[in-house]
Amino acid sequence: MKILVCIKQVPDTTDIKWTENNTIQREGVESIINPYDVYALETALKLKKILNAEITVLSMGPDQAEDILRKALAIGCDNAVLLSDKKFAGADTYATGKTIAEAIKAKIPDFDLIICGQFAIDGDTAQTGPTIANNLDIPQVTYVKDVLECSMQHLTVKREIEEGTEIVKVLLPALICILKGYEEPTRPTINGIIKAQDSKITVYSHEDIGLAPEETGLRGSPTYVSKAFRPETKGQCVFVKSSDEIIKKLEEFDIING
Amino acid sequence: MANGILIYAEVTKSGYIHPVFFTLAAKAQELSAKLGGAEVSALIITSPGKTEFFKEGFEKCGFDKVYAVEDLRLAQYNTELYAKAAVDIIKEIQPEIFLIGATTQGRDLAPRISSSIPTGLTADCIELDINDKGQLAATRPTFGGKLMATILCKKYPQMATVRPGVFKPLEQDVVKNTEIIYKTPDLNITPKVELLEFIKGVEEEINDLDSAEIIVAGGKGMKNSDGFKLLKEFAKVLGGAVGASRGAVDMGLADHSIQIGQTGKTVSPKLYIACGISGAIQHIVGMDASKRIIAINIDENAPIFDVADIGYVGDAFEVIPEIIDKLSRK
Repeated sequence: MKILVCIKQVPDTTDIKWTENNTIQREGVESIINPYDVYALETALKLKKILNAEITVLSMGPDQAEDILRKALAIGCDNAVLLSDKKFAGADTYATGKTIAEAIKAKIPDFDLIICGQFAIDGDTAQTGPTIANNLDIPQVTYVKDVLECSMQHLTVKREIEEGTEIVKVLLPALICILKGYEEPTRPTINGIIKAQDSKITVYSHEDIGLAPEETGLRGSPTYVSKAFRPETKGQCVFVKSSDEIIKKLEEFDIING
Repeated sequence: MANGILIYAEVTKSGYIHPVFFTLAAKAQELSAKLGGAEVSALIITSPGKTEFFKEGFEKCGFDKVYAVEDLRLAQYNTELYAKAAVDIIKEIQPEIFLIGATTQGRDLAPRISSSIPTGLTADCIELDINDKGQLAATRPTFGGKLMATILCKKYPQMATVRPGVFKPLEQDVVKNTEIIYKTPDLNITPKVELLEFIKGVEEEINDLDSAEIIVAGGKGMKNSDGFKLLKEFAKVLGGAVGASRGAVDMGLADHSIQIGQTGKTVSPKLYIACGISGAIQHIVGMDASKRIIAINIDENAPIFDVADIGYVGDAFEVIPEIIDKLSRK
């Protein structure tokens, strides 16, 4: 079985700092593997043990995204692919999903299962996974909490949705989007880290995957940001010191009658 | 030429239309006025006979038309079949704007539709407007609510998913003579996803949270079932509902169905009181659109204070009983 895990490098959003111009400061902010993608990797590693699967980890991003791919190799992934090209910059979820799907069609067409994180903590769209699946014309299962059963032909998974829990069976090849699990993520071993340092990371550009420049990045994106701003009321917390002061605020907010 | 505003009417597992639809219906009236009276229509995908059952609701919300796809194969939500039906209808009627609730179903379905059309899709919006060029300006939080982005789309329909509870339903009915138009798209595909079992959550509390103007939410800091009893009492005094962070749900203090955050519900009440919630980014994105936020936490460095309007550093187990006591005596 061949499993493909898509991961994203994101800034650690618990550590957001602002520049004087009210934009998010990107320099000096630590980059991490998107926390949901960590569980996508865990799910793949679990299936690897059961089905003797081979795991390819894929990311689209700048050259620095090699760091997160090496981390994935260090915990037991077999191959790493980086889609990196200045032309890919500024892609929205449509262009990102299309670029990744075209790369899979061109370079990794023999996959059985694609695993993504349900959300990325920076953009929080939850759209890239389903967009990849649609471009590959394969089924998707989102909000997956756990894989209950797996074979070479199908997976049975548990989904957590608003109204409760679903047990769903999907035929392979398919794409699943994983929610965060409860278990501690796998830590890399010393041997894993050493092996990952020496492993080759395959890098593809738009030409390698057969996409025209205007189909990728900002040019290939139907949506664009017209304005970005800092929400007004946030970060202006007024501290109060007693229950009476809280009650006074409840009156001011028209929650209770004074 | 693209025309009109189309809204997806999600039929829930319990067989009613999701409340987010009625909030979108109200917003659509406002957008329609700004577009010089654009037609407002709904798209419903369901089992045979259902649409007629909802007709009165559509008529009271000002819908000109309802496009209905009814088929036995559509009795349960299925990504592939629903996407196929929706794409066929959208390609035929070519709306200018297509809005979907950012529910778990909406967020599963919308990107499947948009990438097939193909068009752009803006996720989980908390504000919609029409700009001076007549385009849909969709605003959404990013970086866990720390940055807002207004997004435009170059293609039609301009699609967006919208967070439930952000807009209010119509205060007064806008009565129209709604025309139901039945469509029969080709559904001759064999879905590769099969639903084997559904285990229902605690529904009573789900509905409470969707419509609540005041939410009292607890996190790991509420420690035990006594902590949540206290919050229920607090919510009762204020006339609100109780929510929980993922930390509290993981500890077994509250049911998943009242979990607020990235993997739970998104809410935006008039007042959100976060008790013993540290404010992990996954929680913040589910509540940061609340009008006012009061945070009670023992740790003065808790990130919840970054998004709060009012903060109280101290023990929730001490201050909440005091507030309840004083309010009860008023």
